[in-house]
Amino acid sequence: MTITNYLVLAAILFTIGAVGVLVRRNAIVVFMCIELMLNSVNLTLITFARSTGTVEGQVIALFVMVVAAAEVVIGLAIIMSIYRTRRSASVDDVNLLKY
Amino acid sequence: MGAIEAPDLSYAALAPLLFVFGAACVGVLVEAFTPRSVRHPVQVTIALVGTIGAFVATLLLAGTEEVTAAGALAVDGPALFLQGTIAILGALSVLLFSERALDPARSAFVAAAAVPAGSVRDRELATSERVQTEVYPLATFAIGGMMLFTAANDLLLMFVALEVLSLPLYLLSGLARRRRLLSQEAAVKYFLLGAFASAFFLYGLALVYGATGSVRLSDVRVAVVTEGGSALMVIGLGLLVVGLMFKASVAPFHSWTPDVYQGAPTAVTAFMAAATKVAAFGAVLRLLYVAFGTADWTWRPLVYALAIASMVVGAVLGLTQTDVKRMLAYSSIAHAGFLLTGVIGLGPDGTGYGLAATMFYLVTYGLTTLGAFGLLTLVRDGDGEATHLSQWAGLAQRSPLVAALMSFFLLALAGIPLTSGFTGKFAVFRAAIEAGAWPLVVTALVASAIAAFFYLRVVVLMYFSDPAPDGPTVGVPGLPTTIVLAVTAAATLVLGVLPGAVLELAESAAVFVG
Repeated sequence: MTITNYLVLAAILFTIGAVGVLVRRNAIVVFMCIELMLNSVNLTLITFARSTGTVEGQVIALFVMVVAAAEVVIGLAIIMSIYRTRRSASVDDVNLLKY
Repeated sequence: MGAIEAPDLSYAALAPLLFVFGAACVGVLVEAFTPRSVRHPVQVTIALVGTIGAFVATLLLAGTEEVTAAGALAVDGPALFLQGTIAILGALSVLLFSERALDPARSAFVAAAAVPAGSVRDRELATSERVQTEVYPLATFAIGGMMLFTAANDLLLMFVALEVLSLPLYLLSGLARRRRLLSQEAAVKYFLLGAFASAFFLYGLALVYGATGSVRLSDVRVAVVTEGGSALMVIGLGLLVVGLMFKASVAPFHSWTPDVYQGAPTAVTAFMAAATKVAAFGAVLRLLYVAFGTADWTWRPLVYALAIASMVVGAVLGLTQTDVKRMLAYSSIAHAGFLLTGVIGLGPDGTGYGLAATMFYLVTYGLTTLGAFGLLTLVRDGDGEATHLSQWAGLAQRSPLVAALMSFFLLALAGIPLTSGFTGKFAVFRAAIEAGAWPLVVTALVASAIAAFFYLRVVVLMYFSDPAPDGPTVGVPGLPTTIVLAVTAAATLVLGVLPGAVLELAESAAVFVG
């Protein structure tokens, strides 16, 4: 297995995540797609850490996990608060603000 | 393997950051240990001490040029200049947050954010005088993140600072007391799109790391010089720019801006519009200049296109708006384009006037925008702020002072001479022309003319229309808002008439280290 395979896999995962954010309608699923993007970045970082022979990439991956955890807390709090009012987590239903 | 060496930390150079983050941590403790009755004055005092202390610290540090924290933080002219700007904008925003005279319920923030909007308990709390004091530590953390953002000399630290400034802002935009559904919707949109953009930033970071073997900006610069730009690096840079431009609300990454600016509590909108823009452009300048300054062919066409897109989208879509807050949001998108005109004015290797011009523009834009949004909080009807354009008709007859002040801020945003908006625009356009980007400046002038139309439309509406019979009332602000309006109006005038001192300061500060 060459390094390139891992990078391609990460790029595919990142693309799946990005497309998911754009096409899925449930806020929780959109959020999961963002998490998928972050994890594909972690895979890229660790692959590059291996190929360049530095440890920075691995350390950055740890930072990304911590920040992602903080983001989950804030994100779920916001999605919960809107769900409790509207009984829906669909991003099509949050349409009061436009034009 | 030897012992791990502790990184060198220059605490003196970090003083502004330590002040703000210290105040934020103390604020969290106060929230836990102080009785509710005294929390509000205590929290406001702590937030003001933190931000004003940080501002004074940046003044005392003026002239410092050093790289500290094992190379991750650069304390230099641009960092200190923009940190000082953010600190003062932050202090003024905290004053806007603390206004208690305007809303009948004595605060613009929801009493209990966890209570579902529209429930029985929510209606009970809507009229109670209970205030939310968590907003002050949250805002202080956001200010700290912004100040860190402008000094980050390392892509990882830049990412962490980006999140430290964003996460509190997502929450703050969902905390309006009135029109809670709109506010929560703004928070959801801001959060999902903001997290999406930070994922792009992060992927860009990973690719630049892979191409250069480091995330330190100075090492990236060395790698760019020795190895030239690889495709991987250029793609990485593009993704980093996408992440940053999102925060700076540059078209085509602006779609969140109008919705979030409209839905968020107006004081928070003022804070976001003014301070976030300063922080985001600080990071853009440092990234493009320190890391990729020697390979400007990689970013110059991209920034050129984004500047034109942003000016055109902001000016043209601003014309169609019927809500004052949304109109100011499109104005902020157009101004992001004007700021990018200054970024184009960055010459190769530290020459050129672009850096100083952009920093000066950020000061003028930030103060004027803060004043304009602050003024919006005064015009109210039974359901909070009256932001629909039709409600502003004939406002000059109801309150000549508010109409005059609003006209002044709008003229400054339009860039009319004798206001700070004119001197700021003049500076960035001059920088861009010196860099040979005259087509960009022509576009900017046309966009300014189009944008002037929608600013002047509000002025005409206020002075030459008859007031609606059931029109809004103009509230009498308390001391905090009065201070904010006085400071921002004075700054808008002084920077327009006598900009020399601040321009010179910006020019002398316009040297990056690292």
